[in-house]
Amino acid sequence: MAVTARTREQVKALDKYKYGFVTDIEMETAPKGLNEDIVRFISAKKDEPAWMLEWRLKSFRRWLTMSKSEPKWAKVSYPPIDFQDAYYYAAPKKKPTLKSLDEVDPELLETYKKLGIPLAEQEHLAGVAVDAVFDSVSVATTYKGKLEKMGIIFCSISEAMQKCPETVKQYLGTVVPYTDNFYATLNSAVFSDGSFVYVPKGVRCPMELSTYFRINASETGQFERTLIIADAGSYVSYLEGCTAPMRDENQLHAAVVELVAPDDAEIKYSTVQNWYPGDEHGKGGIYNFVTKRGACRGRNSKISWTQVETGSAITWKYPSCILQGDNSQGEFYSVAITNHYQQADTGTKMLHLGRNTRSRIISKGISAGHASNTYRGLVRMGPRAGGARNYTQCDSLLIGDKCGAHTVPYIESKNRTARIEHEATTSKISEDQLFYCRQRGLSEEDAVSLIVNGFCREVLQELPMEFAVEAQKLVAISLEGSVG
Amino acid sequence: MTAMLEIKDLHATVDGKEILRGLSLSIKAGEVHAIMGPNGSGKSTLSYVLAGREGYEVTKGEVLYQGKNLLAMEPEERAAQGVFLAFQYPVEIPGVSNTTFLKHALNAVRQHRGESELDAMQFLKLLRETMKRLGMAEDMLKRNVNVGFSGGEKKRNEILQMAVLKPTFAVLDETDSGLDIDALKVVADGVNALRAPDRAMLLITHYQRLLDYIVPDRVHVLAKGRIVRSGDKSLALELEQRGYAEFAKEAA
Repeated sequence: MAVTARTREQVKALDKYKYGFVTDIEMETAPKGLNEDIVRFISAKKDEPAWMLEWRLKSFRRWLTMSKSEPKWAKVSYPPIDFQDAYYYAAPKKKPTLKSLDEVDPELLETYKKLGIPLAEQEHLAGVAVDAVFDSVSVATTYKGKLEKMGIIFCSISEAMQKCPETVKQYLGTVVPYTDNFYATLNSAVFSDGSFVYVPKGVRCPMELSTYFRINASETGQFERTLIIADAGSYVSYLEGCTAPMRDENQLHAAVVELVAPDDAEIKYSTVQNWYPGDEHGKGGIYNFVTKRGACRGRNSKISWTQVETGSAITWKYPSCILQGDNSQGEFYSVAITNHYQQADTGTKMLHLGRNTRSRIISKGISAGHASNTYRGLVRMGPRAGGARNYTQCDSLLIGDKCGAHTVPYIESKNRTARIEHEATTSKISEDQLFYCRQRGLSEEDAVSLIVNGFCREVLQELPMEFAVEAQKLVAISLEGSVG
Repeated sequence: MTAMLEIKDLHATVDGKEILRGLSLSIKAGEVHAIMGPNGSGKSTLSYVLAGREGYEVTKGEVLYQGKNLLAMEPEERAAQGVFLAFQYPVEIPGVSNTTFLKHALNAVRQHRGESELDAMQFLKLLRETMKRLGMAEDMLKRNVNVGFSGGEKKRNEILQMAVLKPTFAVLDETDSGLDIDALKVVADGVNALRAPDRAMLLITHYQRLLDYIVPDRVHVLAKGRIVRSGDKSLALELEQRGYAEFAKEAA
């Protein structure tokens, strides 16, 4: 079997977890713990405007009052997190101002090579502009020139604060307010870096914008903050891919992503999340507590989330759409794979406020080993949402008899003309299917991977081409050891 | 010449119940054999035992395939060695296109054999040629494996897989059942096209009808887990006239 067999070899070569290696780059790290001084340190490091520091401090003070409101409703369990026992800022020491890839730290480039992200090639071959986030600071940005000519801004959010502070100020925290939830508030106080995209009116971004996040420093919480604004009548597709090295300590990741789409704008946001899931006994792994939300503010606007979640020990994530503009559309396509002792509680919120708003939710949960996989989703039709429609499909696939799959849909309708459909299935990979595949020459693992890829196809085909291939490999890797 | 497949005194149980009770059979390269028998005589059990399905436990006897112990191999190993089973009830795999499935299967088998994998272009070329030869419509390729296929389409799909994988030894388990006469001809043409001096086939069937189109070298009657009569193709006609009951008596 072509792809999976090759991938498996690579994985073996890298000792089970493909991306489990650590790059030795000198860190400039803030002292351990979290207090106002740390918040000031982060802000000073980034040379931020005063209003930004004020916003961070406001968030931090708010967060202090929330210490007892850490969300507990998700179907996940983990020991209490000691927020004082972590570092909140780490950056590669060589602060580069890069004109080309030649200036990037060679060691860093080597890391990307291991990850299968040859930046140099990507620039030419894939037509992907990569804003690479290595730990907390962006170190390499390509294609900037080409995008700049079209008026598209694609840079790190710290850079955006220098370049176009007014735009950042105008939109930051308007979709996910700093008071939103425990982790979003924490993020607002200490966010390190992330991506910023602005697409001007009527411009169709000619390439997929892509950021590879990578957690590298031990015990460093990652607090990415991403803000994407597609102005009226514009279109942008953004890819986010994540890998992290093997670590024993649990690492907290609490990102916030905000999307803004006014009249006739469209944003497509795709994620492949493959952070370290912990070992087969449930030791280690990333805690992935993420708040992602998009606002369809204008008429006929559209926001589409596609996610393939295979990594992390715990995933707590509900990419949502606020469908405010009339005729606006929200989509959520999700594959969540949990193996061994991974726990995922993920889904979406579709908040229909405007008339004739439409949403579509396709969720595929695959659970193997001792894992727990929950779909949790809210569809709310507001009083003004006349003629609004939602279609939800939640399918769960179980591998083995020690894992769990749960579907928790919340449906609220305050408008009689709104229509909501919900379908859910739970199935197992059948002996018949496995034997059929093996009789045709496929190994048991390849058979499982093929069957699961088939199960996820509706979602995987929503991914941009270059991600779809990666995602299929990931499906195979994440289910290794789940049969036999 | 030694036999390609040599089954000696094979006993097998399913759920603790003995189904095969001392079956012996020898098939040489280039030959096509037919096994006929009533329901419950052990026809499908034989095909599953040969393909290595779990739950079909061999309690006694042996099966040599090209001189090797077939029963010691995993199902995928047998496939790689050229053993193919055309299923009586082909299985549906939602979301996986026929093309994808066949490409994975062929490359897995080629890899086992130490041959290079075919890339997408090479594979599609091979597939198109094969389909043309079999007179099959290409729209079948884009559809998901057996999903929403009619009975006849499923059986034709098995023949297509066989034609692409080019097995050395193929078992066709009631490939004729549920087929109308046109579909039966397509299937038979496909099978006949694959007859070759270095390939052997075992047809499992209820009815003589199939053997009008695929003329076997040998016909065996299976009853109560054992072969009770063997002969040339005229045995099938005799069976059709006299029915299975008499043979079943002989086996008792």
